[in-house]
Amino acid sequence: MKTFSIGGVHPHDSKISANAAIESFPIPEVAYISMGQHLGAPAEPIVAPGDKVKVGQLIANANGFISAPVHSSVSGTVKGIETVFDLAGNPCKAVVITVEGDEWVETIDRSDKIEKEIKLDSKEIIEKIKECGIVGLGGATFPTNVKLSPPPGKKAEFLIINGAECEPYLTSDYRVLIEMPEQVLIGAAIMMKALNVTQGFIGIEENKPEAIKVMTEKAKGYPQIKIVTLKKKYPQGGEKQLIDAVVGRKVPSMGLPIDTGAVVQNVGTALAVYEAVQKNKPLFEGILTVTGECCPQQKNYKHRVGTPLSKIIEAVGGVPEAAAKVISGGPMMGKAIANLDAPTLKGSSSVLFLTEEQTKRKEESNCIRCGKCIEACPMGLEPYLLNKLAKARRMDDLEANKIYDCIECGCCQFTCPAYIPLLGTIRLAKADVMKIMRSRPKK
Amino acid sequence: MSTTIIFTVASLSILGLLLAVVLYFVAQKFKVEEDPRIDIVEAIMPGANCGGCGQAGCRAFAEACTKAENLDNLFCPVGGNATMKKVADALGFQVAEKAPMVAVVRCNGTCENRPKTNIYDGVATCAAKSALYCGDTGCRYGCVGCGDCVAVCNFGALSMDPKTGLPVVDEEKCTACGACAKACPKGVIEIRNKGPKNRRVFVSCVSKDKGAVARKACKAACIGCGKCAKVCPFGAITVENNVAYIDFNKCKLCTKCVSECPTGAIHKVNFPEKPAAPAAPAAPAAKPAEAPAPAAKPVENNVNQEK
Repeated sequence: MKTFSIGGVHPHDSKISANAAIESFPIPEVAYISMGQHLGAPAEPIVAPGDKVKVGQLIANANGFISAPVHSSVSGTVKGIETVFDLAGNPCKAVVITVEGDEWVETIDRSDKIEKEIKLDSKEIIEKIKECGIVGLGGATFPTNVKLSPPPGKKAEFLIINGAECEPYLTSDYRVLIEMPEQVLIGAAIMMKALNVTQGFIGIEENKPEAIKVMTEKAKGYPQIKIVTLKKKYPQGGEKQLIDAVVGRKVPSMGLPIDTGAVVQNVGTALAVYEAVQKNKPLFEGILTVTGECCPQQKNYKHRVGTPLSKIIEAVGGVPEAAAKVISGGPMMGKAIANLDAPTLKGSSSVLFLTEEQTKRKEESNCIRCGKCIEACPMGLEPYLLNKLAKARRMDDLEANKIYDCIECGCCQFTCPAYIPLLGTIRLAKADVMKIMRSRPKK
Repeated sequence: MSTTIIFTVASLSILGLLLAVVLYFVAQKFKVEEDPRIDIVEAIMPGANCGGCGQAGCRAFAEACTKAENLDNLFCPVGGNATMKKVADALGFQVAEKAPMVAVVRCNGTCENRPKTNIYDGVATCAAKSALYCGDTGCRYGCVGCGDCVAVCNFGALSMDPKTGLPVVDEEKCTACGACAKACPKGVIEIRNKGPKNRRVFVSCVSKDKGAVARKACKAACIGCGKCAKVCPFGAITVENNVAYIDFNKCKLCTKCVSECPTGAIHKVNFPEKPAAPAAPAAPAAKPAEAPAPAAKPVENNVNQEK
């Protein structure tokens, strides 16, 4: 069975919400649609207070090259363009819509019929994806159309769909693979057409046998797409790790996946691409896992973007008594939520409740140079050294030790027997080093 | 046996002599010309190498002084006026005296005023904490309380008050080098005029949130109501982005704003304690009237230099 070649850890997968079928979450009374739902500059709102909007209507234009338009996820009246606070408690501009009914834009095909035939050509597909505001749903929310247009001189050879879902607890991709396998495959085929490649892979970890079975069965109708079973190891869902695992190529240091000829897209993105291109539906819904051992209900919700998280938490019975931390995303790379009233975004993947016992940091002790972090690092870095250099603020040495290659997966911290918060220190220093590197005049 | 020793000693001595001659000429040829005044100035410097002057260290500052045409843009905050006077004398410059400065913590978000809304247990530095999220209180502008400022202070002038969770500046030890102000990711620490008799009035809040939001997060927040600006007879107070700021060059320490502020966000320090209600405001107002006069000019210089 395939997996990436260096590093990695084996956290318990805890996919306790795996059997919860996707449910549509009720439309909220008021939707707060954030303008910063993607990497890059926030979108520019084009609606004014009092305007009537329909579901799927464009409400904000992309602002720059790496940016994406935003569409309304509800129908109703625009209450205003207000400042809301995101998960981390930082302010963000948002279009606030008072919901009235559920009237969709007429051009969206709402039937369940699966459209197999791809009518658009490569350029039209990319344009459509751009128009529909599709961003990568694997976590980084990078605009998909940019990823599907390789820079001049670079040629894509194959597409890899990321179904690894290596983060513990998360099951949204798994549910999509089981419930909508055909759509994911068509989405992959569309992106392959856009990239002009003939080979596609869907990488799925071995702990999802059901998904592998369903996908292998359905993929028979798509000879160009191969289902690859991967050994369970975190962070297999990392772009660079997935390319290594699936095709055995290594992304060079400072390089992009396209340098190996690979383009990686998430399962959720493939579904969104299918809906955009075949059904004309912009990205305004997402699948969100609500889970945790202390949470009485395990859910996979299909939510409208802009639903306040507090509504979703209410639906599962409020924040559980035993919960000490609420996390957006998985326990490895997710972020603790500081503001439970924050609205959901296109890229929201989960609300995870963890108990005090699960999250309490153990007291840090001294580094004994056991080298476990070096073994665990999937990028071949030396986290203990980076940590020391970062504390001493030795920027040039940090750069020489390739701190910029860190993918912030947290394997080092996970494995450290001395409970040293390696990632926290390294992440901060990485940002500083990158800032210095960017400020240098380009050659 | 003895011949071996004699031969060894003799050959080594000759070799040593020869090389010494070579080295002498090489040293003459490649001699680095350095202004001898650099050493003189460096000896005057406090030797803290804190970087508070903006140079890499004391020697770099000394070098900059010898190369400069005047000392207007050079000031050693640690040594202060006394050191600059000596430097000026050594180099034959004129130097204007500058008002002494001090680090001021512009946040009054004590545990009481600003209740915690969550618990942070990540890397215990302000930089890491503020890069991650808004902080563990409702205010995202105020002090995050991990003590980065204490860590960078070379003079032991800062300490965290465990009761309030805020840093405290020891006025005696503070040299106004500005290291803490640079280290603070929230920009809460400001280097301000020390003031006559060390008396100062300042807005102890940097929250740019609108009044209601700021007040909800912290009882002692500046809500940007502008009452202080209205009452100030010297036009020293401006309200921008929902937060008031007192220009210490214009402030005459009348303390009218202090009593006007509805949230108690404006602080006065080192004023005589227990003032009898009507008489007290008049007394400090009258005294500084004479005191700031000599300080006024050099302070203006200071501002120009910053620009």
